[in-house]
Amino acid sequence: MSTYTSVRTRNLLLNLITYLLLSMGAVIMLTPFLWMVATSFKMPADQYTKTLIPNPATLNNFKELWSQLPFPDLLFNSFKLSTLITIGQLLTCTMSAFVFAVVNFRLRNILFALLMVTLMIPPQVTLIPNFIVFGWLHLVGTQVPLWLPAFWGGAFGTFLMRQYFLTIPRDLADAARVDGASLIQIFWHIYLQLAKPALAALAIFTFHGAWNDLLHPLVYLPTDMHKTTLTVGLAFFQQQLVQGGKFTVLLAGALISILPLTLVFFIAQRQFIEGIALTGVKR
Amino acid sequence: MEASGLRPLGRERFWLWALLTPTLIGLVFGALGSVLATLLISLTKWDLLTPPQWTGLDNYMKLFTNEKHLESLLNTIKFSAMYVPSVVIISLFVATLMNRKIHGIGLYRTIYFLPVVTSAVAAALVWQMIYGRDTGLLNYIIESLGGKPVCWFCERNALASVVIVNVWGAIGEGMIIFLAGLQAIPREYYEAATVDGASDWQRFFRITIPLVTPSIFFQTLITTINAFQAYDYIYMLTRRGQGDSSVPVVVFSIYRNAFHFFRMGEASAQAIELAVIVVLLMAFYFWLERRYVVYE
Repeated sequence: MSTYTSVRTRNLLLNLITYLLLSMGAVIMLTPFLWMVATSFKMPADQYTKTLIPNPATLNNFKELWSQLPFPDLLFNSFKLSTLITIGQLLTCTMSAFVFAVVNFRLRNILFALLMVTLMIPPQVTLIPNFIVFGWLHLVGTQVPLWLPAFWGGAFGTFLMRQYFLTIPRDLADAARVDGASLIQIFWHIYLQLAKPALAALAIFTFHGAWNDLLHPLVYLPTDMHKTTLTVGLAFFQQQLVQGGKFTVLLAGALISILPLTLVFFIAQRQFIEGIALTGVKR
Repeated sequence: MEASGLRPLGRERFWLWALLTPTLIGLVFGALGSVLATLLISLTKWDLLTPPQWTGLDNYMKLFTNEKHLESLLNTIKFSAMYVPSVVIISLFVATLMNRKIHGIGLYRTIYFLPVVTSAVAAALVWQMIYGRDTGLLNYIIESLGGKPVCWFCERNALASVVIVNVWGAIGEGMIIFLAGLQAIPREYYEAATVDGASDWQRFFRITIPLVTPSIFFQTLITTINAFQAYDYIYMLTRRGQGDSSVPVVVFSIYRNAFHFFRMGEASAQAIELAVIVVLLMAFYFWLERRYVVYE
Protein backbone atom coordinates (compact mmCIF):
# COMPACT_ATOMS: atom_id res chain seq x y z
CA MET A 1 0.00 0.00 0.00
CA SER A 2 1.33 3.44 -0.90
CA THR A 3 1.10 6.54 1.18
CA TYR A 4 -1.35 9.23 0.29
CA THR A 5 1.18 11.66 -1.17
CA SER A 6 2.80 9.12 -3.44
CA VAL A 7 -0.62 8.08 -4.75
CA ARG A 8 -1.31 11.72 -5.47
CA THR A 9 1.94 12.29 -7.30
CA ARG A 10 1.38 9.13 -9.26
CA ASN A 11 -2.03 10.39 -10.28
CA LEU A 12 -0.53 13.70 -11.25
CA LEU A 13 2.08 11.99 -13.35
CA LEU A 14 -0.52 9.84 -15.10
CA ASN A 15 -2.63 12.89 -15.79
CA LEU A 16 0.36 14.69 -17.19
CA ILE A 17 1.16 11.83 -19.53
CA THR A 18 -2.49 11.71 -20.54
CA TYR A 19 -2.49 15.39 -21.38
CA LEU A 20 0.75 15.03 -23.28
CA LEU A 21 -0.41 12.13 -25.40
CA LEU A 22 -3.81 13.65 -26.07
CA SER A 23 -2.23 16.93 -27.05
CA MET A 24 0.18 15.30 -29.44
CA GLY A 25 -2.74 13.52 -31.05
CA ALA A 26 -4.70 16.75 -31.13
CA VAL A 27 -1.90 18.44 -33.02
CA ILE A 28 -1.97 15.68 -35.61
CA MET A 29 -5.73 16.00 -35.90
CA LEU A 30 -5.64 19.76 -36.21
CA THR A 31 -2.62 20.47 -38.38
CA PRO A 32 -4.26 19.76 -41.74
CA PHE A 33 -7.00 22.22 -40.88
CA LEU A 34 -4.63 24.91 -39.75
CA TRP A 35 -2.77 24.35 -42.97
CA MET A 36 -5.93 24.66 -44.99
CA VAL A 37 -6.81 27.95 -43.37
CA ALA A 38 -3.30 29.33 -43.65
CA THR A 39 -2.82 28.44 -47.29
CA SER A 40 -6.22 29.82 -48.28
CA PHE A 41 -5.03 33.26 -47.35
CA LYS A 42 -1.61 33.07 -48.95
CA MET A 43 -0.59 34.50 -52.27
CA PRO A 44 -0.21 31.76 -54.89
CA ALA A 45 3.48 32.49 -55.10
CA ASP A 46 3.79 31.69 -51.40
CA GLN A 47 1.66 28.61 -51.44
CA TYR A 48 4.42 26.25 -50.39
CA THR A 49 5.91 28.34 -47.63
CA LYS A 50 5.86 26.67 -44.27
CA THR A 51 4.56 29.55 -42.21
CA LEU A 52 1.24 29.40 -40.45
CA ILE A 53 0.53 33.07 -40.68
CA PRO A 54 0.42 34.23 -44.27
CA ASN A 55 2.42 37.34 -44.95
CA PRO A 56 1.18 38.95 -47.08
CA ALA A 57 -2.32 37.71 -46.51
CA THR A 58 -4.86 38.01 -49.27
CA LEU A 59 -8.48 37.40 -50.09
CA ASN A 60 -7.75 36.92 -53.77
CA ASN A 61 -8.16 33.17 -53.61
CA PHE A 62 -11.72 33.52 -52.49
CA LYS A 63 -12.42 36.16 -55.07
CA GLU A 64 -11.06 33.87 -57.76
CA LEU A 65 -13.21 31.02 -56.51
CA TRP A 66 -16.24 33.14 -56.91
CA SER A 67 -15.49 34.70 -60.27
CA GLN A 68 -13.37 32.26 -62.25
CA LEU A 69 -14.90 29.02 -61.10
CA PRO A 70 -18.56 28.04 -60.88
CA PHE A 71 -18.16 27.89 -57.13
CA PRO A 72 -21.45 29.57 -56.21
CA ASP A 73 -23.29 26.96 -58.25
CA LEU A 74 -21.42 24.14 -56.58
CA LEU A 75 -22.14 25.56 -53.15
CA PHE A 76 -25.79 26.04 -53.90
CA ASN A 77 -26.15 22.55 -55.33
CA SER A 78 -24.58 20.97 -52.31
CA PHE A 79 -26.95 22.87 -50.07
CA LYS A 80 -29.98 22.10 -52.14
CA LEU A 81 -29.29 18.42 -52.49
CA SER A 82 -28.25 17.87 -48.90
CA THR A 83 -31.37 19.61 -47.68
CA LEU A 84 -33.64 17.66 -50.01
CA ILE A 85 -32.05 14.39 -49.02
CA THR A 86 -32.34 15.20 -45.33
CA ILE A 87 -36.01 16.08 -45.64
CA GLY A 88 -36.64 12.90 -47.57
CA GLN A 89 -34.98 10.74 -45.01
CA LEU A 90 -36.56 12.45 -42.03
CA LEU A 91 -40.01 11.99 -43.51
CA THR A 92 -39.83 8.43 -44.71
CA CYS A 93 -37.67 6.93 -42.01
CA THR A 94 -39.77 8.38 -39.22
CA MET A 95 -42.90 7.02 -40.81
CA SER A 96 -41.62 3.51 -41.17
CA ALA A 97 -39.89 3.59 -37.80
CA PHE A 98 -43.20 4.43 -36.17
CA VAL A 99 -44.86 1.51 -37.83
CA PHE A 100 -42.11 -0.89 -36.84
CA ALA A 101 -41.88 0.36 -33.30
CA VAL A 102 -45.47 0.86 -32.35
CA VAL A 103 -47.89 -0.92 -34.59
CA ASN A 104 -48.59 -4.59 -34.35
CA PHE A 105 -49.08 -6.36 -37.65
CA ARG A 106 -48.31 -9.76 -38.99
CA LEU A 107 -45.36 -9.09 -41.26
CA ARG A 108 -43.62 -6.73 -38.88
CA ASN A 109 -40.70 -8.84 -37.75
CA ILE A 110 -39.94 -10.31 -41.13
CA LEU A 111 -39.96 -6.95 -42.86
CA PHE A 112 -37.81 -5.34 -40.24
CA ALA A 113 -35.29 -8.15 -40.31
CA LEU A 114 -35.15 -7.85 -44.09
CA LEU A 115 -34.59 -4.12 -43.77
CA MET A 116 -31.72 -4.65 -41.37
CA VAL A 117 -30.13 -7.12 -43.72
CA THR A 118 -29.94 -4.44 -46.39
CA LEU A 119 -27.65 -2.47 -44.10
CA MET A 120 -24.95 -4.93 -44.99
CA ILE A 121 -25.25 -4.38 -48.71
CA PRO A 122 -22.36 -2.30 -49.99
CA PRO A 123 -23.49 0.68 -52.09
CA GLN A 124 -21.57 -0.60 -55.09
CA VAL A 125 -24.05 -3.43 -55.45
CA THR A 126 -27.02 -1.11 -55.73
CA LEU A 127 -25.18 1.49 -57.74
CA ILE A 128 -25.09 -0.35 -61.05
CA PRO A 129 -28.78 -1.29 -61.38
CA ASN A 130 -29.82 2.14 -60.13
CA PHE A 131 -27.64 3.75 -62.76
CA ILE A 132 -29.14 1.59 -65.46
CA VAL A 133 -32.70 2.31 -64.44
CA PHE A 134 -32.07 6.02 -64.17
CA GLY A 135 -30.45 5.78 -67.56
CA TRP A 136 -33.62 4.30 -69.05
CA LEU A 137 -35.57 7.15 -67.49
CA HIS A 138 -33.14 9.63 -69.07
CA LEU A 139 -32.27 10.96 -65.63
CA VAL A 140 -28.54 10.46 -65.75
CA GLY A 141 -26.91 13.86 -65.90
CA THR A 142 -29.60 15.37 -63.72
CA GLN A 143 -29.75 15.79 -59.99
CA VAL A 144 -32.80 13.57 -59.58
CA PRO A 145 -30.94 10.28 -58.97
CA LEU A 146 -29.17 12.00 -56.11
CA TRP A 147 -32.16 12.95 -54.03
CA LEU A 148 -34.97 10.71 -55.16
CA PRO A 149 -33.70 7.59 -53.35
CA ALA A 150 -33.80 9.55 -50.11
CA PHE A 151 -37.57 9.56 -50.35
CA TRP A 152 -37.98 5.87 -50.28
CA GLY A 153 -36.79 5.30 -46.79
CA GLY A 154 -33.55 4.00 -45.45
CA ALA A 155 -32.50 1.17 -43.24
CA PHE A 156 -30.23 3.22 -41.06
CA GLY A 157 -32.62 6.09 -40.49
CA THR A 158 -35.46 3.71 -39.74
CA PHE A 159 -33.26 1.82 -37.32
CA LEU A 160 -32.22 4.99 -35.52
CA MET A 161 -35.73 6.38 -35.17
CA ARG A 162 -37.15 3.03 -34.17
CA GLN A 163 -34.58 2.69 -31.40
CA TYR A 164 -35.68 6.03 -30.09
CA PHE A 165 -39.38 5.39 -30.51
CA LEU A 166 -39.02 2.20 -28.50
CA THR A 167 -37.92 4.23 -25.51
CA ILE A 168 -41.14 6.20 -25.47
CA PRO A 169 -43.51 4.59 -22.97
CA ARG A 170 -46.30 2.68 -24.61
CA ASP A 171 -48.69 3.98 -21.96
CA LEU A 172 -48.84 7.30 -23.72
CA ALA A 173 -50.09 5.67 -26.86
CA ASP A 174 -52.45 3.43 -24.95
CA ALA A 175 -53.90 6.37 -23.07
CA ALA A 176 -54.37 8.23 -26.31
CA ARG A 177 -56.06 5.18 -27.73
CA VAL A 178 -58.49 5.13 -24.86
CA ASP A 179 -59.23 8.75 -25.62
CA GLY A 180 -60.10 7.73 -29.14
CA ALA A 181 -56.99 8.85 -30.99
CA SER A 182 -56.27 7.39 -34.40
CA LEU A 183 -52.95 5.90 -35.40
CA ILE A 184 -52.00 8.97 -37.33
CA GLN A 185 -52.88 11.24 -34.47
CA ILE A 186 -50.72 9.19 -32.15
CA PHE A 187 -47.90 9.36 -34.64
CA TRP A 188 -48.14 13.07 -35.16
CA HIS A 189 -48.98 14.39 -31.74
CA ILE A 190 -47.10 12.01 -29.52
CA TYR A 191 -44.21 10.25 -31.17
CA LEU A 192 -43.06 12.97 -33.51
CA GLN A 193 -43.24 15.59 -30.78
CA LEU A 194 -41.23 13.51 -28.35
CA ALA A 195 -38.63 12.41 -30.86
CA LYS A 196 -37.06 15.78 -31.54
CA PRO A 197 -33.56 14.80 -30.28
CA ALA A 198 -33.49 11.73 -32.47
CA LEU A 199 -34.80 13.75 -35.40
CA ALA A 200 -32.01 16.25 -34.89
CA ALA A 201 -29.43 13.50 -34.75
CA LEU A 202 -30.78 11.86 -37.89
CA ALA A 203 -30.97 15.18 -39.69
CA ILE A 204 -27.38 16.02 -38.91
CA PHE A 205 -26.19 12.57 -39.79
CA THR A 206 -28.02 12.54 -43.11
CA PHE A 207 -26.98 16.06 -44.05
CA HIS A 208 -23.39 15.23 -43.25
CA GLY A 209 -23.45 12.10 -45.40
CA ALA A 210 -25.09 13.88 -48.29
CA TRP A 211 -22.83 16.93 -48.17
CA ASN A 212 -19.67 14.85 -48.20
CA ASP A 213 -20.82 12.28 -50.73
CA LEU A 214 -18.41 11.94 -53.62
CA LEU A 215 -19.43 8.68 -55.27
CA HIS A 216 -23.02 9.40 -56.25
CA PRO A 217 -22.57 12.87 -57.73
CA LEU A 218 -19.49 11.53 -59.48
CA VAL A 219 -21.52 8.82 -61.18
CA TYR A 220 -24.47 10.96 -62.23
CA LEU A 221 -22.96 14.42 -62.70
CA PRO A 222 -19.26 14.04 -63.39
CA THR A 223 -18.71 16.92 -65.75
CA ASP A 224 -21.50 19.47 -65.45
CA MET A 225 -19.98 21.98 -63.09
CA HIS A 226 -23.20 23.93 -62.84
CA LYS A 227 -25.30 21.04 -61.64
CA THR A 228 -22.88 19.01 -59.59
CA THR A 229 -21.82 19.29 -55.96
CA LEU A 230 -18.82 20.73 -54.13
CA THR A 231 -17.15 17.37 -53.78
CA VAL A 232 -17.11 16.60 -57.48
CA GLY A 233 -16.28 20.21 -58.29
CA LEU A 234 -13.24 20.27 -56.06
CA ALA A 235 -12.04 16.97 -57.46
CA PHE A 236 -12.64 18.22 -60.97
CA PHE A 237 -10.53 21.32 -60.53
CA GLN A 238 -7.92 19.60 -58.45
CA GLN A 239 -5.49 18.81 -61.23
CA GLN A 240 -6.00 22.01 -63.12
CA LEU A 241 -5.43 24.22 -60.12
CA VAL A 242 -2.50 22.33 -58.69
CA GLN A 243 -0.64 22.31 -61.95
CA GLY A 244 -1.52 25.92 -62.51
CA GLY A 245 0.18 26.75 -59.26
CA LYS A 246 -3.08 27.66 -57.63
CA PHE A 247 -3.16 25.33 -54.67
CA THR A 248 -4.22 28.34 -52.63
CA VAL A 249 -7.45 28.69 -54.57
CA LEU A 250 -8.14 24.99 -54.30
CA LEU A 251 -7.69 25.01 -50.56
CA ALA A 252 -9.80 28.13 -50.25
CA GLY A 253 -12.54 26.15 -51.93
CA ALA A 254 -11.94 23.23 -49.62
CA LEU A 255 -12.16 25.57 -46.63
CA ILE A 256 -15.50 26.96 -47.69
CA SER A 257 -16.80 23.49 -48.39
CA ILE A 258 -16.15 22.35 -44.84
CA LEU A 259 -17.41 25.49 -43.14
CA PRO A 260 -21.15 24.74 -43.03
CA LEU A 261 -20.79 21.32 -41.52
CA THR A 262 -18.11 22.44 -39.10
CA LEU A 263 -20.37 25.25 -37.95
CA VAL A 264 -23.28 22.89 -37.47
CA PHE A 265 -20.95 20.59 -35.61
CA PHE A 266 -19.83 23.26 -33.19
CA ILE A 267 -23.37 24.32 -32.49
CA ALA A 268 -24.96 20.92 -32.30
CA GLN A 269 -22.09 18.82 -31.01
CA ARG A 270 -24.17 16.82 -28.67
CA GLN A 271 -26.68 15.74 -31.30
CA PHE A 272 -23.91 14.82 -33.68
CA ILE A 273 -22.20 12.66 -31.15
CA GLU A 274 -25.38 11.25 -29.74
CA GLY A 275 -26.38 10.13 -33.18
CA ILE A 276 -23.28 8.03 -33.44
CA ALA A 277 -23.55 6.71 -29.92
CA LEU A 278 -27.22 5.90 -30.40
CA THR A 279 -26.37 3.43 -33.09
CA GLY A 280 -23.71 1.71 -31.14
CA VAL A 281 -23.57 0.62 -27.66
CA LYS A 282 -26.78 -0.61 -26.15
CA ARG A 283 -27.89 -3.76 -27.88
CA MET B 1 -38.97 -9.12 -29.57
CA GLU B 2 -40.91 -6.77 -27.35
CA ALA B 3 -44.56 -6.86 -26.37
CA SER B 4 -47.12 -6.34 -29.06
CA GLY B 5 -47.94 -2.81 -30.02
CA LEU B 6 -51.02 -0.96 -31.11
CA ARG B 7 -53.38 -2.85 -33.29
CA PRO B 8 -54.68 -0.94 -36.27
CA LEU B 9 -58.44 -0.52 -36.26
CA GLY B 10 -60.34 -1.01 -39.47
CA ARG B 11 -59.54 1.78 -41.82
CA GLU B 12 -56.29 2.46 -40.07
CA ARG B 13 -54.81 -0.48 -41.90
CA PHE B 14 -54.54 1.86 -44.82
CA TRP B 15 -52.41 4.26 -42.83
CA LEU B 16 -50.21 1.47 -41.61
CA TRP B 17 -49.25 0.59 -45.13
CA ALA B 18 -49.22 4.18 -46.31
CA LEU B 19 -46.63 5.08 -43.72
CA LEU B 20 -44.64 2.03 -44.58
CA THR B 21 -44.80 2.31 -48.34
CA PRO B 22 -41.80 4.55 -49.05
CA THR B 23 -39.45 2.38 -47.08
CA LEU B 24 -41.07 -0.69 -48.54
CA ILE B 25 -40.44 0.57 -52.05
CA GLY B 26 -36.85 1.26 -51.14
CA LEU B 27 -36.54 -2.16 -49.60
CA VAL B 28 -37.98 -4.11 -52.47
CA PHE B 29 -36.89 -2.13 -55.50
CA GLY B 30 -34.00 -0.22 -54.09
CA ALA B 31 -32.11 -2.70 -52.00
CA LEU B 32 -33.31 -6.23 -52.64
CA GLY B 33 -34.20 -5.60 -56.24
CA SER B 34 -30.78 -4.14 -56.84
CA VAL B 35 -29.05 -7.16 -55.40
CA LEU B 36 -31.09 -9.40 -57.63
CA ALA B 37 -30.46 -7.18 -60.64
CA THR B 38 -26.73 -7.03 -60.01
CA LEU B 39 -26.66 -10.80 -59.71
CA LEU B 40 -28.44 -11.15 -63.01
CA ILE B 41 -26.26 -8.60 -64.75
CA SER B 42 -23.15 -10.31 -63.48
CA LEU B 43 -24.15 -13.31 -65.54
CA THR B 44 -24.14 -11.30 -68.74
CA LYS B 45 -21.90 -9.24 -70.92
CA TRP B 46 -23.48 -5.85 -71.35
CA ASP B 47 -22.25 -2.47 -72.42
CA LEU B 48 -25.60 -0.69 -72.29
CA LEU B 49 -25.51 0.09 -75.99
CA THR B 50 -26.02 -3.40 -77.32
CA PRO B 51 -28.42 -5.88 -75.75
CA PRO B 52 -26.98 -7.99 -72.96
CA GLN B 53 -25.52 -11.37 -73.84
CA TRP B 54 -25.81 -14.24 -71.49
CA THR B 55 -22.41 -15.52 -70.41
CA GLY B 56 -23.17 -17.50 -67.31
CA LEU B 57 -20.41 -17.69 -64.76
CA ASP B 58 -17.82 -16.41 -67.24
CA ASN B 59 -17.33 -13.10 -65.47
CA TYR B 60 -16.63 -14.85 -62.21
CA MET B 61 -14.15 -17.22 -63.83
CA LYS B 62 -12.40 -14.28 -65.39
CA LEU B 63 -12.08 -12.62 -62.00
CA PHE B 64 -9.66 -15.26 -60.88
CA THR B 65 -7.31 -14.67 -63.76
CA ASN B 66 -7.73 -10.95 -64.31
CA GLU B 67 -4.52 -9.37 -63.09
CA LYS B 68 -5.99 -5.96 -62.59
CA HIS B 69 -8.72 -7.39 -60.45
CA LEU B 70 -6.40 -9.55 -58.39
CA GLU B 71 -4.21 -6.53 -57.81
CA SER B 72 -7.15 -4.51 -56.58
CA LEU B 73 -8.30 -7.39 -54.39
CA LEU B 74 -4.86 -7.65 -52.83
CA ASN B 75 -4.79 -3.92 -52.25
CA THR B 76 -8.18 -4.04 -50.60
CA ILE B 77 -7.04 -6.79 -48.26
CA LYS B 78 -3.78 -5.04 -47.46
CA PHE B 79 -5.62 -1.81 -46.89
CA SER B 80 -8.11 -3.37 -44.52
CA ALA B 81 -5.44 -5.31 -42.68
CA MET B 82 -3.63 -2.05 -41.94
CA TYR B 83 -6.66 0.16 -41.51
CA VAL B 84 -8.97 -1.79 -39.23
CA PRO B 85 -6.56 -2.64 -36.40
CA SER B 86 -5.09 0.85 -36.50
CA VAL B 87 -8.43 2.56 -36.18
CA VAL B 88 -9.77 0.27 -33.49
CA ILE B 89 -6.65 0.26 -31.35
CA ILE B 90 -5.86 3.94 -31.65
CA SER B 91 -9.39 5.12 -31.04
CA LEU B 92 -9.75 2.77 -28.08
CA PHE B 93 -6.50 4.13 -26.70
CA VAL B 94 -7.63 7.72 -27.19
CA ALA B 95 -10.99 6.99 -25.60
CA THR B 96 -9.33 5.38 -22.61
CA LEU B 97 -7.18 8.45 -22.16
CA MET B 98 -10.17 10.73 -22.45
CA ASN B 99 -12.17 8.70 -19.99
CA ARG B 100 -9.92 9.75 -17.17
CA LYS B 101 -11.53 12.68 -15.53
CA ILE B 102 -9.43 15.52 -16.87
CA HIS B 103 -10.23 19.08 -17.71
CA GLY B 104 -10.80 20.14 -21.27
CA ILE B 105 -12.16 16.83 -22.42
CA GLY B 106 -14.82 18.65 -24.41
CA LEU B 107 -12.18 20.51 -26.37
CA TYR B 108 -10.20 17.37 -27.09
CA ARG B 109 -13.32 15.56 -28.19
CA THR B 110 -14.17 18.34 -30.59
CA ILE B 111 -10.69 18.39 -32.05
CA TYR B 112 -10.52 14.65 -32.52
CA PHE B 113 -13.91 14.60 -34.15
CA LEU B 114 -13.14 17.36 -36.62
CA PRO B 115 -11.62 15.07 -39.27
CA VAL B 116 -14.79 12.98 -39.22
CA VAL B 117 -16.97 16.01 -39.87
CA THR B 118 -14.86 17.16 -42.77
CA SER B 119 -15.43 15.88 -46.24
CA ALA B 120 -12.78 13.47 -47.42
CA VAL B 121 -12.47 15.53 -50.57
CA ALA B 122 -11.51 18.71 -48.74
CA ALA B 123 -9.20 16.95 -46.33
CA ALA B 124 -7.53 15.01 -49.13
CA LEU B 125 -6.56 18.25 -50.82
CA VAL B 126 -4.66 19.41 -47.77
CA TRP B 127 -3.09 16.01 -47.33
CA GLN B 128 -1.97 16.11 -50.93
CA MET B 129 -0.07 19.22 -50.04
CA ILE B 130 1.27 17.76 -46.82
CA TYR B 131 2.49 14.67 -48.61
CA GLY B 132 4.21 16.57 -51.41
CA ARG B 133 7.67 15.22 -52.04
CA ASP B 134 9.56 18.45 -52.52
CA THR B 135 7.10 20.93 -51.14
CA GLY B 136 5.15 19.04 -48.52
CA LEU B 137 4.91 19.77 -44.85
CA LEU B 138 5.78 16.27 -43.74
CA ASN B 139 9.03 16.12 -45.65
CA TYR B 140 9.84 19.61 -44.46
CA ILE B 141 9.54 18.45 -40.88
CA ILE B 142 11.50 15.31 -41.59
CA GLU B 143 14.29 17.23 -43.25
CA SER B 144 14.55 19.77 -40.48
CA LEU B 145 14.92 16.89 -38.07
CA GLY B 146 17.78 15.63 -40.17
CA GLY B 147 16.07 12.87 -42.11
CA LYS B 148 15.72 12.16 -45.79
CA PRO B 149 12.54 13.19 -47.59
CA VAL B 150 10.12 10.36 -48.34
CA CYS B 151 8.35 9.83 -51.61
CA TRP B 152 4.92 9.29 -50.11
CA PHE B 153 3.07 8.36 -53.24
CA CYS B 154 5.66 6.26 -54.97
CA GLU B 155 4.86 2.60 -55.52
CA ARG B 156 6.11 1.30 -52.22
CA ASN B 157 4.56 3.87 -49.96
CA ALA B 158 1.35 4.84 -51.69
CA LEU B 159 -0.89 2.34 -49.93
CA ALA B 160 0.47 3.14 -46.49
CA SER B 161 0.12 6.86 -47.12
CA VAL B 162 -3.50 6.41 -48.08
CA VAL B 163 -4.13 4.24 -45.04
CA ILE B 164 -2.71 6.92 -42.79
CA VAL B 165 -5.09 9.54 -44.16
CA ASN B 166 -8.06 7.22 -43.82
CA VAL B 167 -7.13 6.34 -40.25
CA TRP B 168 -6.74 10.03 -39.44
CA GLY B 169 -10.26 10.61 -40.66
CA ALA B 170 -11.79 7.73 -38.74
CA ILE B 171 -10.34 7.96 -35.24
CA GLY B 172 -12.87 10.49 -33.99
CA GLU B 173 -15.80 8.25 -34.76
CA GLY B 174 -14.31 5.24 -33.02
CA MET B 175 -13.37 7.40 -30.09
CA ILE B 176 -16.99 8.38 -29.59
CA ILE B 177 -18.21 4.80 -29.71
CA PHE B 178 -15.58 3.64 -27.26
CA LEU B 179 -16.17 6.55 -24.93
CA ALA B 180 -19.81 5.62 -24.75
CA GLY B 181 -18.89 2.01 -24.11
CA LEU B 182 -16.35 2.89 -21.45
CA GLN B 183 -18.71 5.21 -19.67
CA ALA B 184 -21.31 2.50 -19.56
CA ILE B 185 -19.14 0.45 -17.23
CA PRO B 186 -20.52 0.92 -13.72
CA ARG B 187 -18.17 2.71 -11.39
CA GLU B 188 -18.93 0.23 -8.62
CA TYR B 189 -16.99 -2.50 -10.36
CA TYR B 190 -13.81 -0.47 -10.18
CA GLU B 191 -14.45 0.57 -6.63
CA ALA B 192 -15.07 -2.98 -5.55
CA ALA B 193 -11.92 -4.10 -7.27
CA THR B 194 -9.86 -1.39 -5.59
CA VAL B 195 -11.24 -2.42 -2.24
CA ASP B 196 -10.15 -5.94 -3.00
CA GLY B 197 -6.65 -4.68 -3.71
CA ALA B 198 -6.57 -4.80 -7.48
CA SER B 199 -3.85 -2.83 -9.21
CA ASP B 200 -4.48 -0.43 -12.07
CA TRP B 201 -3.37 -2.96 -14.66
CA GLN B 202 -5.58 -5.63 -13.17
CA ARG B 203 -8.53 -3.29 -13.19
CA PHE B 204 -7.88 -2.47 -16.83
CA PHE B 205 -7.44 -5.99 -18.09
CA ARG B 206 -9.98 -7.77 -15.91
CA ILE B 207 -12.76 -5.17 -15.90
CA THR B 208 -12.37 -2.59 -18.62
CA ILE B 209 -11.31 -4.76 -21.51
CA PRO B 210 -13.92 -7.49 -21.08
CA LEU B 211 -16.74 -5.01 -20.57
CA VAL B 212 -15.75 -2.95 -23.56
CA THR B 213 -15.79 -5.92 -25.94
CA PRO B 214 -19.30 -5.07 -27.21
CA SER B 215 -17.96 -1.73 -28.40
CA ILE B 216 -14.86 -3.35 -29.82
CA PHE B 217 -17.04 -5.77 -31.74
CA PHE B 218 -19.31 -3.08 -33.07
CA GLN B 219 -16.47 -0.75 -33.97
CA THR B 220 -14.49 -3.47 -35.71
CA LEU B 221 -17.55 -4.42 -37.72
CA ILE B 222 -18.24 -0.87 -38.83
CA THR B 223 -14.60 -0.17 -39.55
CA THR B 224 -14.25 -3.30 -41.65
CA ILE B 225 -17.29 -2.39 -43.68
CA ASN B 226 -15.84 1.06 -44.19
CA ALA B 227 -12.47 -0.39 -45.12
CA PHE B 228 -13.97 -2.35 -47.97
CA GLN B 229 -15.79 0.68 -49.23
CA ALA B 230 -12.98 3.18 -48.88
CA TYR B 231 -13.02 5.28 -51.98
CA ASP B 232 -12.91 9.02 -51.46
CA TYR B 233 -9.36 9.45 -50.21
CA ILE B 234 -8.03 6.95 -52.69
CA TYR B 235 -9.75 8.74 -55.51
CA MET B 236 -8.50 12.16 -54.49
CA LEU B 237 -4.92 11.17 -53.78
CA THR B 238 -4.04 8.41 -56.20
CA ARG B 239 -6.17 8.57 -59.29
CA ARG B 240 -4.57 8.50 -62.70
CA GLY B 241 -5.98 8.75 -66.18
CA GLN B 242 -8.63 6.40 -67.52
CA GLY B 243 -10.28 6.08 -64.16
CA ASP B 244 -7.29 4.19 -62.91
CA SER B 245 -5.35 4.61 -59.69
CA SER B 246 -1.88 3.88 -58.49
CA VAL B 247 -3.43 2.01 -55.60
CA PRO B 248 -6.61 0.56 -57.00
CA VAL B 249 -8.93 -1.20 -54.64
CA VAL B 250 -11.93 -3.28 -55.60
CA VAL B 251 -14.36 -0.39 -55.29
CA PHE B 252 -12.19 1.57 -57.64
CA SER B 253 -12.12 -1.28 -60.06
CA ILE B 254 -15.89 -1.62 -59.98
CA TYR B 255 -16.37 2.04 -60.65
CA ARG B 256 -13.86 1.95 -63.46
CA ASN B 257 -15.33 -1.09 -65.14
CA ALA B 258 -18.88 0.16 -64.87
CA PHE B 259 -18.61 3.84 -65.65
CA HIS B 260 -15.47 4.09 -67.68
CA PHE B 261 -15.45 0.97 -69.76
CA PHE B 262 -19.16 0.16 -69.43
CA ARG B 263 -18.43 -3.47 -68.75
CA MET B 264 -21.54 -3.88 -66.65
CA GLY B 265 -21.29 -7.63 -66.35
CA GLU B 266 -17.76 -7.64 -65.01
CA ALA B 267 -18.38 -4.76 -62.65
CA SER B 268 -21.45 -6.50 -61.29
CA ALA B 269 -19.50 -9.69 -60.73
CA GLN B 270 -16.90 -7.72 -58.83
CA ALA B 271 -19.57 -6.04 -56.74
CA ILE B 272 -21.09 -9.41 -55.85
CA GLU B 273 -17.67 -10.76 -55.00
CA LEU B 274 -17.08 -7.80 -52.71
CA ALA B 275 -20.45 -8.29 -51.04
CA VAL B 276 -19.76 -11.98 -50.50
CA ILE B 277 -16.40 -11.27 -48.91
CA VAL B 278 -17.97 -8.71 -46.59
CA VAL B 279 -20.77 -11.08 -45.60
CA LEU B 280 -18.29 -13.86 -44.88
CA LEU B 281 -16.18 -11.54 -42.78
CA MET B 282 -19.22 -10.45 -40.85
CA ALA B 283 -20.25 -14.03 -40.22
CA PHE B 284 -16.76 -14.54 -38.86
CA TYR B 285 -17.13 -11.50 -36.63
CA PHE B 286 -20.46 -12.71 -35.29
CA TRP B 287 -18.90 -16.05 -34.51
CA LEU B 288 -16.14 -14.23 -32.63
CA GLU B 289 -18.79 -12.23 -30.84
CA ARG B 290 -20.47 -15.30 -29.52
CA ARG B 291 -17.21 -16.61 -28.19
CA TYR B 292 -15.47 -13.55 -26.85
CA VAL B 293 -17.84 -10.66 -26.34
CA VAL B 294 -19.11 -10.14 -22.83
CA TYR B 295 -22.58 -8.79 -22.28
CA GLU B 296 -23.86 -8.07 -18.83
